[in-house]
Amino acid sequence: MKTLSRIYNALIFLFLYAPIFVLIVFSFNDSKSRVVWSGFSLRWYEELFQDEEILSALGVTLSIAVIATIVSTIIGTMAAIGFRSVNARLRRVLMALNNFPMVNPEIVTGISLMLLFVFIHRTTGLLQPGYMALLLSHITFCIPYVVLQVLPRLRQTNPHMYEAAMDLGCRPLSAFFKVMLPDIFPGVLTGALMAFTMSLDDFVISLFTSGASAQNLSVTIYAMVKRRVTPEINALSTLMFGAVLILLVAINVLQMKSTPKQAKK
Amino acid sequence: MQTKEIIKLKDITVSFDGEPVLSGLDLNISDGEFVTLLGPSGCGKTTTLRIIGGFVTPDSGSVFFDGQDIADLPPYKRQVNTIFQRYALFPHLNVEDNVAFGMRVQKKKPAEIKETVDRMLKLVNLAGFNKRKVETLSGGQQQRVAIARALANNPRVLLLDEPLAALDLKLRKDMQVELKNIQKSLGITFIYVTHDQEEALSMSDTVVVMDAGRIQQIGTPQDIYNEPENAFVADFIGESNILDGIMHEDYLVEFFGRKFKCLDAGFGPKEPVDVVIRPEDIDIVPADKGHLTGKVTAVTFKGVHFETIVDFKGFKWMIQTTDYYPVDSVIGIVLNPEDIHIMKKSEYSGMFGDYSSYSEEFDEMANPEIDLTEEAEVQE
Repeated sequence: MKTLSRIYNALIFLFLYAPIFVLIVFSFNDSKSRVVWSGFSLRWYEELFQDEEILSALGVTLSIAVIATIVSTIIGTMAAIGFRSVNARLRRVLMALNNFPMVNPEIVTGISLMLLFVFIHRTTGLLQPGYMALLLSHITFCIPYVVLQVLPRLRQTNPHMYEAAMDLGCRPLSAFFKVMLPDIFPGVLTGALMAFTMSLDDFVISLFTSGASAQNLSVTIYAMVKRRVTPEINALSTLMFGAVLILLVAINVLQMKSTPKQAKK
Repeated sequence: MQTKEIIKLKDITVSFDGEPVLSGLDLNISDGEFVTLLGPSGCGKTTTLRIIGGFVTPDSGSVFFDGQDIADLPPYKRQVNTIFQRYALFPHLNVEDNVAFGMRVQKKKPAEIKETVDRMLKLVNLAGFNKRKVETLSGGQQQRVAIARALANNPRVLLLDEPLAALDLKLRKDMQVELKNIQKSLGITFIYVTHDQEEALSMSDTVVVMDAGRIQQIGTPQDIYNEPENAFVADFIGESNILDGIMHEDYLVEFFGRKFKCLDAGFGPKEPVDVVIRPEDIDIVPADKGHLTGKVTAVTFKGVHFETIVDFKGFKWMIQTTDYYPVDSVIGIVLNPEDIHIMKKSEYSGMFGDYSSYSEEFDEMANPEIDLTEEAEVQE
């Protein structure tokens, strides 16, 4: 029985990770073939880093991810603090509003954002699909994840701590930076990492909001695949997989570090 | 004691979500006093403290500090410091940095800060704990750090919001003595909020008994205990048998169909009054020699005395006695004039002071209303 369940487990992991494994292996293949292994090489990685189109897309992806992370972390943290200070009923409503975009099908979010940007563009001439629209939509869908990470951390803090700081002479803003922020920082950091990950691997929403002027990696890959599938894409996907994996591990480690404290209180 | 007034609250009214929390509260506090705001949860005592600290703005009324109106002054500009419930220490800072926090905000010189931190830690018996993390300290030690942190700012007034509530009984008693000593040695004003009447009586110069957003009585612990103003105060502070009586003339009161000499005067002729008799003041004598005779219905051993419930014509009294009288024995009691205290009738008359339904559990449940305003702030 035990061996049976082990085999079952192994099969599940095999099916889950086989595609990625194949992708990673063939990103190091020497030939263009996607079936025949003809030796180890890094040539696709070299080509990848000479491909102007991909490099510019990488630039867009990274800059969007960084800016969206910073902005959504600030807004999300402020929102979480705001959520804490309202009464329980309003907080439930706000939380529902916060959580809805996360369960809403991405394609709906993507299309609605696109329609919104088109509408704004038509009426005001601003915000044509492109870098700015892409950035704004990434900030939008990142905020709920930050809120969700910061709120539990806020719940653990002693609500009198902020008052204590003011009692000891801090103005409200410095009370926040000196006392509140250090205390909720693990939550803020996890939220930021989460936002960064979400922004990095978003495809659906980006597809609808990026214009010809600015495309991120996932949209570029999609466009490339429509033309031709080169092992370059294997190499790129491997790198993205690795990056997201590292981020996820980091998030988990951070969350694990902040949980024992919770148990203590 | 100095008589200079340091804090004056005038006609303060506060309500949260339409619920009145304080209605027309007046309170004067003298410099250097140890004042306790005492009352059940929901009575508005914490709100009063938070008004003085600057965390609650009253709907109407004025707050004076040293003669100046400070109603609009934010907490960080007031010369008061607060010890919060559950301490509110800063967990990311060590003991020293916690204590130094206020002084660093005020940009004091490092040498001065160091000196004050050491002096404060010594004052609260935590010398040498400078580099310890606050999380590694016990509840009592955290409490001491909170005291040191507040006192390091050299406040004129220290506000303490149920500071000992989270400590166990033994530690609480020790800390009571210590707090009182600290207050005496520094000579600053302490305003102390508690629902523990024993704590209030043993520490305070002045006790302010509050209920339902109003001050019921202000006085020294002895005054409050011996001369309660109404049935609420008599019942909340210690145990009391409260009976209906009629004041016939000065120094003569009638209850249970019998006239007793007492020490109270100044009531109208035939005025109905509440009569308070403390359980420990009652002398038990053989049945035939008593002013009143009753039958013992319950006895509980409390260590220093027996808590004996005695039925007098259907009204049950509590008597604390060092002698054991078994259930169903018939006893007599003698009441001396100084054992009887007369109070004017109030809205609380008839609500307290009968031990008919007395039981340990009932006592615990006597205060079921949960204080939404005060508890909400310390929610988990």
